[in-house]
Parts: sequence; structure tokens; C-alpha cells
Amino acid sequence: MATKITDNTIDYIAALAKLELTDDERRRAAEDMEKMLDYIHILEELDTAGMAPAFHIFPVENVFREDQVTNGEGREETLRNAPVEEDHMFVVPRTVD
Amino acid sequence: MDLLSLSAVELSAAIRAGKTTAPQALEAVLAQMDRMEETCHCYVTVDREGARQRAETVQRQIESGVLRGPLAGVPFAVKDNLCTQGLRTTCASRMLENYIPSYTAEAVGRLEAAGAVLVGKTNMDEFAMGSTTETSCHGVTRNPHDPGHVPGGSSGGSAAAVAAGECFFALGSDTGGSVRQPAGHCGVVGMKPTYGTVSRYGLIAHASSLDQIGPMTRDVSDCAAVLEVISGHDPKDSTSIKREPQDMDFTGALREDVNGLRIGLPVDYLGEGLAPQVREAVLRAAETLRDRGAIIEEFDLELVRYAIPAYYTIAAAEASSNLARFDGVKYGYRARGPQGLEDMYRKTRSQGLGPETRRRIMLGCFVLSAGYYDAYYLKALQVKGMIKQAFDRAFSRYDLLLGPVAPTTAPRLGENLADPVRMYLGDIYTVSANLAGLPGICLPCGRDSRGLPIGLQLIGNCFQEKKLLRTAYTYEQAVRESIPPTPVVKLPETH
Repeated sequence: MATKITDNTIDYIAALAKLELTDDERRRAAEDMEKMLDYIHILEELDTAGMAPAFHIFPVENVFREDQVTNGEGREETLRNAPVEEDHMFVVPRTVD
Repeated sequence: MDLLSLSAVELSAAIRAGKTTAPQALEAVLAQMDRMEETCHCYVTVDREGARQRAETVQRQIESGVLRGPLAGVPFAVKDNLCTQGLRTTCASRMLENYIPSYTAEAVGRLEAAGAVLVGKTNMDEFAMGSTTETSCHGVTRNPHDPGHVPGGSSGGSAAAVAAGECFFALGSDTGGSVRQPAGHCGVVGMKPTYGTVSRYGLIAHASSLDQIGPMTRDVSDCAAVLEVISGHDPKDSTSIKREPQDMDFTGALREDVNGLRIGLPVDYLGEGLAPQVREAVLRAAETLRDRGAIIEEFDLELVRYAIPAYYTIAAAEASSNLARFDGVKYGYRARGPQGLEDMYRKTRSQGLGPETRRRIMLGCFVLSAGYYDAYYLKALQVKGMIKQAFDRAFSRYDLLLGPVAPTTAPRLGENLADPVRMYLGDIYTVSANLAGLPGICLPCGRDSRGLPIGLQLIGNCFQEKKLLRTAYTYEQAVRESIPPTPVVKLPETH
């Protein structure tokens, strides 16, 4: 089954991925995705009815611990990586009017 | 003494015996970098002064008897997706070009505690997405065996650095073959342990359910020694497994003994698409093991052709989720002059992430989106379960599986990037081990007519690293004369 990736689909995917695409990139993204999805479609040859999805290979359980700080105070080091910082806070564009 | 001709374990023994010192070993590596880096470009960041200080400290600790382990004093390199406190960690992405971690990855920390000396961070495909190290924002790494060829990927810088003698061993990460395949292309040993064996704490995630850190070394003994140091339960990684100590005594597995070992050769790993010279070398390796008493049999592994589409669906889905954290707020790149928060996210990610990374994020968003989730993502997870069952059946008959690590030797630079599907097909022999959580090791088994190394892959059942290491060691000893280990590449004097 050939998958057609429409303009609407690309817009939707770009919005989910939080990416901005030029017209040329949109066209190429659609072509690439069609090619990859056509290839992924061979999975449909397999009857997977009744097969549980294998999220993990080994049984995993959530690991809990006491909510205690063990790695010390790292504010300065952490903030040193901030693109924009002011008064020990991350600065972002205005989000509330 | 030609220090660069020693393995990591031999070097440490020489340092402990007082025949050389950790600072001397480090200077030998730094001098080799001066000869090789201009051509090979294995490193993204080299920490010369930090390494010199560490080597001095380690030397004193060795002399005072505090450090006695088999890696004490040995210079090593780390793939640039493993966090190193105070040392830039970029994932070969513009997004993290200036990121300085405030903590060190558990695997790296364990090696440093064992006295190994970190020299620098190696080049890779951006966010480990690629098979050639060509998607790096820092430019390509070249194969030390022939600079016209790629080193493989995504841990291409680590593999090339080991082959070029620019470190004595390195760490890589393997999501779909990214330790084993570059090891094969560069003629070194690379191992992906059973999922959960090495803590992923501090590894910048690509696909969390598949990622595993592994050693890249000059020989099998070094591989066992490094694995022994980095393995073991870590409460900071919720998928870390508690294994029995005797199960992780990897150096204890270094014996020449494959007598009666049942080895299966998947016929689909030897058929269409495999370069004839690779096939010949791999079959010759199987013969060598047969001569040593192993029982070799071809068999049908089933479902081989479905591994790549299942893998890329799952890996892209997880990557799209993991890479959502790169938003330009708390660290990393931020686009200039955005019009509001949404615009900042979009511009930051579009400018900060490379084309292959964006391609996979979009594919991941698509297969996870409403209306397609069941048809693509859940379907791939079901197929993953079927592939695991196929391996369970195989391991009820065989102790381990043997095959090539890649369909060809290292491709020429630029050859593979244009067509994603073609690039992904290069991972056909490696991705299944990640899907099924299995350990796999790659070691050199010859060269093609151009002199490029050919990689042999052994895959074991979960927790069977010792069987893999014993078989790899037996093979390595058997071909010591014809395929010598520690292949330190030396470029002609003109460089």
C-alpha cells in the first residue's frame, strides 16, 4: 500500500514535532516519509493478532525512592547552561499577556 | 617500548610494574593525535590539560597501591553523547554545541574510579542517528584504514580513535548496531551487552528501550576488562538489572574453549545483499571455530526482513519523544529574536537539529499520532515480540549465532546519505539484537581486497556475554598470526 503524505499531514506532523519547514523541506519531508512508510508497510505481511506489544523485553517495574536530595546543590552549574538567565531564573519569551 | 602497540590491559600491567607511567602513556596518545587528527578527526573535544592532571594523580595512586585494577593509568575516549562533568558534551549537534554537563555518566564515572584517564570526547552521528558519522555537526570522521571511507557509525569517532591509536579503548552506545558496526568497519572489538547491564545514567537518550553502552577495544581481553568495570546495577537507571556477580566475571571467560559449542548461522544473514568477500571471511571464521570443536549449522532465523522496519518505527517513535526536551529553554541552543514561545520552540529546533534528526523526529511523531499509532507503532511492537520469540526458538537449539556485522566493508564518504532506506538497510544484521535485548560482539575476521577490515558478529542469548567472550577469545587466539589484534593504524609520514 503506497502511503500518500498530503500537505495537511506534513503541517500536522511539523506542528507535533515543533519544527518550521521551508517549502522545499516540506516537499522533501513528504517524499522521505512516503518512502520510509512504504518500507515499513511490509510489517503488514505478518499476522500479529493476539500478540502483545513488547514495550520492554524484560519485565520492568517502576522504581521508587524517598524524595530526598542526594546530589547536592547544583544551581550555579545548571544555570550556566541557560541560553538566557536573569536573577537565577530562566528567561523565556512572554507567555501570558 | 612502543606503548601504542600494547593493549589496554598490557599497558596497565606495564604501568603497575613500573616499566612506564600513566603520564608517559598519555603523552604517547597525545602525540599520536597530533599525527592522526588532521586526517581522521576522531575527536570533538580533547581535554589535554585535564587529562595530564588526571594522569599525574592516577600515577601517584598506582604507586601508593590505591589503584590496582587492570585499567589503571590507561587513556580512554568517550562518545560525545555520554555526559562528562565540566567537559563539553555535544551529541555532535548544534543544539548542544556549548552544553557543559553538571554530572558524569555512570559508566564513565566507574572507569575513572578504576583509574582510567579520560582524554576526550569522540565524534558521532548527530544524536547517534546514522551509520556513518557523517551527520555530525562537527564534520565527518575518516576511517584510519583508508581516509576515503567512513568509519561506520554512529560511534564512528570512538572506533576510529581506537584503531588509530588515539586512545587505548573507548566507550560507544549501541541502539541499532552503533558500537558493533563501526568496530567492524575500523577493525576493532565492539560489544553491546544485554539490555540493562550497563547503566544508561548520563547517556543522552536516543531510543531508551534499545540504547546500551558498550566497550570498543583493541582485543577481546580489553573488551572483557572494560565491560567488567562498567557493568552492574545502578539505582539511577530504572531499567538497570541486578545480575549475579559470577555472571559478570567477564575476564574469567577468557579461555580457549569452544568444544561442543553449538553455533547457528542464520541463512538470511548470508544471502542476498552480502558482499562476497565479507561472506567468505565470515564463513572462514565459522570454519576456524569448527576446527576448534564447535558444531556449526545453518538455520532459518525467521522474520529477518521485518527487523529493520520494526526497528526504525520504534526508534523514531522513542527519539521523537526523547528529543522533545530540546526546546531552547534551560540549556542548549536558542534561536534569536523569536516571536513568542511557540515560535521560539520551532525556530530553535529547526535551526539546532540536523536534517537526519529532524527526519526521524517527524517519522516518530507520525507513527505515534492519533489514527496511525495502532497501525504503525503498536504493530512494530508486536513484531518486536515475534522477533524475540524467534530468537528464543533459535537459542533453544544453539548456544550462539554467528554472522557478518554489516553487508559490506566501510562505504566511501558520501555514498550512503542520500537515500534513507538504503542507509537503514546497512543495519540489517545488528538491529535484531537491540530489539530482543541480546548481547552481541563484533571482532575483526579479515580484510577485503582494498585492505578494509571485515567484522564478524556473534550474538548470544540474554545474559550470555561470557559465552560470547569465550568464543571471541578462542577465535582471536586461533587467528593471532593471520589477523593480529591491536591494529594501530599509522598514516604515511607525509601527514
